[in-house]
Amino acid sequence: MNKLYSVAALFKTPDEIMHAAAKVADAGYEKYDVNTPYPVHGLDGAMRLKPSKMGYYTIAIGLTCMSLMLFFMYWVYNIDYPQVIGGKPLFPLPAFVPIMFEITVLTGAVLTVAVMLIFYFKFPNNAHPIHDSGYMKAVSSDRFGVNIEAIDPKFDIEGVKAFLSSIGAYQIDEIYFDEEEVNTKHRILDSKFVIGMFLIAGFTSISVYLHMNKALYLPPFDWMLLQHKVTAQDHSDFFKNGISSRVPVEGTVARGFMPYLYVGDPDGASDNLVNPFVADEENIALGKRKFLTFCSPCHGDLAMGDSRLRGQFPNGPTLHSDKLLSWTDGRIYHVITEGQNVMPGYKKTVTRKERWAIVNYVRTLQRALDAKEEDMQ
Amino acid sequence: MSNHETQINYTRKDLPKSILTFGLPLLVIGIVAAFFAYELDPIRASFNNIISLLLIVSVGMGAIFLVALEHIAGAVWSVPFRRIAEHQGFIFLATPLLALPILLNMHDIFEWTHTHVVMNDPILYQKSPYLNTEFFYARSIGIFLVMTFFLFTYLRNSTKQDTTKSNKTTKINALISAAFMPIFAISITMVAIDYAMSLEPHWFSTIFGVYYFAGTFATAMAVLTLLTLSLKSNGNLLKEINGNHYYSMGGLMFAFTAFWMYMAFSQYMLIWYANVPEETFWFLPRMKDGWEYLSIALIFIKFIIPFGLLLNRNSKMKPSRLKLASFWIIGAHIYDMYWLVMPTYNRMSGTEGPVFGWIELGFISLSAGIILVFYYLAANKKNHIPIGDPKLNRALDFRI
Ligand code: HEC
Repeated sequence: MNKLYSVAALFKTPDEIMHAAAKVADAGYEKYDVNTPYPVHGLDGAMRLKPSKMGYYTIAIGLTCMSLMLFFMYWVYNIDYPQVIGGKPLFPLPAFVPIMFEITVLTGAVLTVAVMLIFYFKFPNNAHPIHDSGYMKAVSSDRFGVNIEAIDPKFDIEGVKAFLSSIGAYQIDEIYFDEEEVNTKHRILDSKFVIGMFLIAGFTSISVYLHMNKALYLPPFDWMLLQHKVTAQDHSDFFKNGISSRVPVEGTVARGFMPYLYVGDPDGASDNLVNPFVADEENIALGKRKFLTFCSPCHGDLAMGDSRLRGQFPNGPTLHSDKLLSWTDGRIYHVITEGQNVMPGYKKTVTRKERWAIVNYVRTLQRALDAKEEDMQ
Repeated sequence: MSNHETQINYTRKDLPKSILTFGLPLLVIGIVAAFFAYELDPIRASFNNIISLLLIVSVGMGAIFLVALEHIAGAVWSVPFRRIAEHQGFIFLATPLLALPILLNMHDIFEWTHTHVVMNDPILYQKSPYLNTEFFYARSIGIFLVMTFFLFTYLRNSTKQDTTKSNKTTKINALISAAFMPIFAISITMVAIDYAMSLEPHWFSTIFGVYYFAGTFATAMAVLTLLTLSLKSNGNLLKEINGNHYYSMGGLMFAFTAFWMYMAFSQYMLIWYANVPEETFWFLPRMKDGWEYLSIALIFIKFIIPFGLLLNRNSKMKPSRLKLASFWIIGAHIYDMYWLVMPTYNRMSGTEGPVFGWIELGFISLSAGIILVFYYLAANKKNHIPIGDPKLNRALDFRI
């Protein structure tokens, strides 16, 4: 059934609407509104409106969300995944400030709009009587209008019309609305609506996925990564074994590098290798450091055979045995290089110089336990 | 907006007496205090002198900027106050009086004036094409002359318009302002670099000029607001000037209070984050020996409190509350300048921690005296409203 919503009057200039708004307010009408195509400064004053309270909502929303964000960052950085980044403290407030600022502004703005939708538009309701009227079309292009609602206590249709034309309106319309349509409660959790939403969500997700990842895939900035070259550890169709990395031809020797000559030949090492380093303080210090790192777990800190491995690996023997005392430096060097039975070789992890330094250190330990007469003096 | 011409009823009236009854004693006290300060403790006096100079530049040069801003933006609402701003620009003419003692005492203040230090310091040596005494003089004099030229041009055009009421003057002013803007940007940056940043010549911050400008704008606006409010209550202005106009002035002060924090924080955060010794050392003295409290207080004094004072709509419309905020902003600017300048005083004089005493008060009194007396000299027996400006009618009709 059609009911009268309001009587709406149109004016041509902002000055006229200012004047009209003041007149309507002074005449004592309460339920009326003014519609203009753009914000007209001073209109709220002419309508005798009190300053809007909206700002308080905005600042309350902004500050609340800012605090939540601050708490979230605290939780991430201090509770969930504490991590030192760039040598900064775990709670780097200055680094948080830009985020807090942006969040305050963003949520303040976006949620204010949401609050306005709820307060003024009675969301989820989405119909308003003056929608779809000639009046609305006029005021949203170039006219200025005032409409006085029928529920105003002072409303009487002929009186209002006379009053509006007396204050200079050039056109006056009655606006009707379909009561049923406006008062329909739009249930947001209506099952059809919800299913529809899910279908739409699924459809958009899938189509966006196909669109962006299959049909229109645009690679990100990867020119550095994808060059026309063979990368290490990669598959290669070019080589027979399908591996990009090549093994050097057997017997290849690196430039300026002398391969170990006594592979599998301890006696050769024993007879021919001479320790090229003098056991000075620096060299022994290096040897000590390397010995403690690489050898002590199995042979003990002082090479006494007191392993720290608690039987998880065959104990390394003492290096103070008569056998060892009689060995040449070259022989010990050979064991470090090649390993011996279960003891692994250290060719790859310990450099030549360091191996000789270890030998010197082992010699120092031996001498300390088995001192010569002259050392005592 | 309005088609109907409001009849402008302007009768010239004498300035409020209070301007001179406060201004003259403050100026005399200030001069005497400055004189004794220079006799007893020249180093401390020179540093306070710099604070005063920076404040007066803010008030005077800032006012010239406000005038130019109105012209270039074609602003309407601010027309009724433009003459007050032009007269306030006169305060800029006091800067040579304040700069002269500094220029005579440069050796006590600026490390880069010591030739043997510069020769043995690669950084200062590299900077010496800019940071040398002759160029420093040249810059100061140049800025003064150029700004004075613009000040008098605006003032002459504006007064001429009182009788001619010609729209052409407005157009010419807009053109002049287009030339003024870049010159002003360079000038105020140089003032900030020369008189504040070069106190620590090893340090540099590209945002420093903008930092000073942010404070300058708010301060010039605050002084303009105070002058407007007191002239209004004395009846020197038109009765049509109302809360809507005040609201806009308050809004600008509010905006630039936030803008200052934006700049100050950007400067701090980048330096804090990068954490390189070449930059952090400027903040270190401000984080010890009692300065740490002053540094934290700065955030409250210069940002949080004025932000709160001006946040509400009423606080920008009610003269009494706007007055409070304006006073606060001027005070905060002085505090900010003190915070910028005085740690170097500690270094140059071998003292520790912030100092405050009659010397500081004396120079503040000197600055206040200069503002009031120079304004009086500029505005006495003159029109306080640009009555010939074609935009004036619309400006009086202004509604937020
Ligand atoms: C993983 C434990 C382990 C580590 C680490 C280890 N060794 Fe051995 N080492 C052994 C074992 C076990 C033997 C005895 C091997 C055998 O049965 O001949 C041994 C034997 C030796 C021998 C020969 C002793 C002998 O009596 O035949 C020498 C010399 C030696 N190690 C030196 C070293 C040096 C020097 C290092 C440090 C670079 C080192 N080892 C690191 C376990 C270790």
